[in-house]
Amino acid sequence: MIQIDILPLAILMTSMGIAPVLFAIPDARSRLRTTINLASASAKLALVIWLSIRVADGAVHAARLPVMPGLDLVLQADALSVLFAALSATLWLLTTIYAVGYLEKEPNRNRFFGFFSLCVGATAGLAMAGNLFTFLLFYEVLTLATYPLVVHRGTAAALRAGRLYLAYTLGGGMLVMLGTVWLWVLAGTTDFVPRGVLGGLAESHPGELRLIFVLLIAGLGVKAALVPLHAWLPAAMVAPAPVSALLHAVAVVKAGAFGIVRVVYDVYGIDTAADLGVTGPLAAAACVTIVYGSLCALAQDDLKRRLAYSTVSQVAYITLGVALAGPVAAVGGLAHLIHQGLIKITMFLCAGNLAEARGIKAVSEMAGIGRTMPATMLAFSLAALAMIGLPPLAGFVSKWHLAAGGIATDQAWVVAVLLGSSLLNAAYFLPILHTAWFREPAGAPAAAKRPIGWMLGVPPAVTAALVLAAGLLANAPFSPLGWTRFIISLEYS
Amino acid sequence: MIPADPALAQWPAALVLGPVLAAVAAFIWPRAGAVVGLGASAATLAGALALALQIHDSGPIRTVPGGWDAPLGIAMYADGLAALLLVMTAGVGTAVALATAGAGPRQGTFFWPLWLLLLGGLNGLYLAADAFNLYITLEIVGLAAVGLTALSGTPESVRAALTYLLAGLMGSLLFLLGVALLYSAHGRVDFAGLATATAAGPAVSAALVAMLVGLALKTAIVPLHVWLPAAHANATPPASALLSALVIKGSLYAAMRLWLAVFDPAAALGTLMGLLGAGAIVWGSVQALRAPRLKLVVAYSTLAQVGLILLAFAVAGDDAAAVAWRGAVYLMLAHAVAKAAMFLAVGRIVAAVGHDDLDRLAEARVRPGPAQFAFALAAVSLIGLPPSGGFVGKWLLLEGSIAAGTWPWAAVIAAATLLSAAYMTRVLAQFFRTDGVPGGEIVRPGWTRADAVPLALALAALGLGIAAAGPLALLAPVPASGVTP
Amino acid sequence: MTTATALLYGLGGALLAGMALYRLVTAADWLRRIVAVNVLAVGVASILIATAYRGPAAPADPVPHAFVLTGIVVLVSTSAVALALIRLLHARDENHHDSR
Repeated sequence: MIQIDILPLAILMTSMGIAPVLFAIPDARSRLRTTINLASASAKLALVIWLSIRVADGAVHAARLPVMPGLDLVLQADALSVLFAALSATLWLLTTIYAVGYLEKEPNRNRFFGFFSLCVGATAGLAMAGNLFTFLLFYEVLTLATYPLVVHRGTAAALRAGRLYLAYTLGGGMLVMLGTVWLWVLAGTTDFVPRGVLGGLAESHPGELRLIFVLLIAGLGVKAALVPLHAWLPAAMVAPAPVSALLHAVAVVKAGAFGIVRVVYDVYGIDTAADLGVTGPLAAAACVTIVYGSLCALAQDDLKRRLAYSTVSQVAYITLGVALAGPVAAVGGLAHLIHQGLIKITMFLCAGNLAEARGIKAVSEMAGIGRTMPATMLAFSLAALAMIGLPPLAGFVSKWHLAAGGIATDQAWVVAVLLGSSLLNAAYFLPILHTAWFREPAGAPAAAKRPIGWMLGVPPAVTAALVLAAGLLANAPFSPLGWTRFIISLEYS
Repeated sequence: MIPADPALAQWPAALVLGPVLAAVAAFIWPRAGAVVGLGASAATLAGALALALQIHDSGPIRTVPGGWDAPLGIAMYADGLAALLLVMTAGVGTAVALATAGAGPRQGTFFWPLWLLLLGGLNGLYLAADAFNLYITLEIVGLAAVGLTALSGTPESVRAALTYLLAGLMGSLLFLLGVALLYSAHGRVDFAGLATATAAGPAVSAALVAMLVGLALKTAIVPLHVWLPAAHANATPPASALLSALVIKGSLYAAMRLWLAVFDPAAALGTLMGLLGAGAIVWGSVQALRAPRLKLVVAYSTLAQVGLILLAFAVAGDDAAAVAWRGAVYLMLAHAVAKAAMFLAVGRIVAAVGHDDLDRLAEARVRPGPAQFAFALAAVSLIGLPPSGGFVGKWLLLEGSIAAGTWPWAAVIAAATLLSAAYMTRVLAQFFRTDGVPGGEIVRPGWTRADAVPLALALAALGLGIAAAGPLALLAPVPASGVTP
Repeated sequence: MTTATALLYGLGGALLAGMALYRLVTAADWLRRIVAVNVLAVGVASILIATAYRGPAAPADPVPHAFVLTGIVVLVSTSAVALALIRLLHARDENHHDSR
């Protein structure tokens, strides 16, 4: 039966419903478009904040639509969905402001913002998905809506990257679909229920459940950029900076990681997954990704590609946290979902500013840029230090919990991986900072291509401030860490 | 189950007679063609919806026009499957008719009589309750389709129409042979009687094979498909839309109905059909990847989609098979809507750009945005990505294959998705590419009235992925477990 | 009517059908193909008529006759359409030739 609940539907429609309007507005009417964009982004953020208050009080919000016999589209707000939805709503508002400034006077802005809206709508949809079927639907919509953004510039290189992107993500989507249908046939349900929905199937069909797990994780792992399924991410850096920042550093990769969290916690349940023996290989895959991503980042001179490989490595922390099968590690992994999102978007927005203002795209071109663009480089430095794991910044908090979780579950080798990864992070970030602040510029400084107005300058500053706050105020109940502790208490108690 | 008042109970026959009479009227008064055509299409749509609602409430309907009942008379039988396809035909047809009426008299004065004849024939086909009636209506549909193929009058389309006519005639002769063999074995040809008859033996097997091969010729199942690419790619856009979306479904439905209601085919034959389907998917997709023209890509995509639907024949086991059949029928529905949208959108694109050449599309200065968007949305449904009718159909087909334990078919379905994504991306990449334009100045014509129908159809294809509960409820009793007498 | 006659009609029909199929495949132009299809249809009709045989004493079964009649009607109308299309094709080709 159809069940209507205004709040989840409204959160979905503030972006999905706005998209057709944005498509229809001609390129030239930029003030109208900007107004609509900012209004809907702010409305979405307000609704998500209200939703989080309601969920913290224990209210249940669920909307449901039957599609096939026994299969419903379900939008439901639990603590985990609010976490992800809040991240994407906040960052959408900031990135929209940035994108308006970045794409000033470029062609096809109506197409860009229309698809941008659809992407954020899809992210909200999969955050609030109440079963694997709904998650799959929005997962694929995200793929479809991001393709036009990757190929936005219309060059041959962009189209090649787009083709690679689609090949990987559609292949991954097909794997998730196969796993979901198999699960549906086997278990009769695809609902997300804390601690799993499989019941006694683990004893009767262990082999099949393991295969389904592999299918699902492989499919989700494409978007989560697990090695060796990660090749699309560096290639997708050809997209404009707002796309790389919000979508490829935050929304798309986090959608994959979020899916993995949902599968392990709410479809299988952590105990069943551990009993089936699938958490060990998952942890191993995550560690390989962490190390490999960092090593590749060392070799990149192009700034965005270095950041892309860094993303590959960092998103695997979330997978690691889930796979370590312990509450402390889980807190670390989930908190890192938020922290890494804030840190990475700061860095990508700064990279965008460097390219727009001075045409700087490679690390080797960044000598002395700290003196000509101090605000941008300050934000970038803060984010880089947070990523390395300097206390008391955000990255330290999540890495510390992951290490403690590893020790608590007798997997102390995790600490070695984390330490090694932090060292590698330092190895590829500190030289950038050194070049930017302490090296002399190579020749006369290039004339500024365009000034960094408030639209390009404020968003990275805000996200950098949030990175600082997430670390300093980590013990406050409304911080990402506090919220994550609340979520994990539901799964593990 | 014959309702109380015999005269009024025969109203489904109007769904066949009405369009045919309207066709005559449109032929006699060509200037009133559009009005008659649109009116008859809309009336048929209303009638089909009313029939669907009635069947949803009170079960299948059976009428006997003229009072002559089986085995010698002609009965009309409508269950959920027939009703769904009737609504599909009338709905998609009305949309295409709207697009043609809006395009002005350039589409040729004979479009309206041909379309109305096609509509009447298809309605008769879906309402047929015996094998010989199936033959008659297949012929009517075939003739109308040949006319539609040749409508543009260009030498390529006339040659394609002749090839189609020849292939169709061969198919009909085989089908007639099958009907005669069936009659010689059982003494009757109506579905209700045949369903309960138990005689097996060489005559029945030969009949099955003859009918299936004949229908395969008409449905363009690889390797008997050679007429289709030329026929669909060289016709005018509305004609291509009708041919790919509606005509193909007629013979496919006939094969489905015979398979489920009349014969009890061996599992090996089902596997053979599945293999033919897999071959069609591969061949159609490979040719679509290599096709030099946009309309050829769309035509080859039809071949691949028919192959996908054929996979349902291969799934055995009662519960699993029922789900797979429902998936196949939903795929037919989704494909009809999406393919009509796609051909109409391609018509708009070719009109705006001036040519059909896929490799030069990226150099075009004119980019018809709404038409390209409609094409992209239709492609989403054809690939089978959510939210679309194609996704729901594919899900059900996949569910059926996995439930029956036949993993190879599931792998084929996955491959079909990825292959269709590949050739659709080939076209979409040309839409997005802007660095090949000589001079660099790109013109984006805005919205025109002619973009409304393709976009509406494409959105309907997506909507079928959300609002699937209604149509699936109609299909619940599929496979038709017996056509009740 | 004897069994032998019925068999003769059946075999004759099959023979006609075979010859027509061969000609269909090897014919060079459309008119010959249409003629071949017509002969094929006659062959199939003969086979159908042969199946109407019900034994030496009983009259033949009229239902297959009805099938054949319908088939002939369909064949005639389809051949008419085919011939019209062939004429159209030749007219286009002639125009093409004249315009050179």
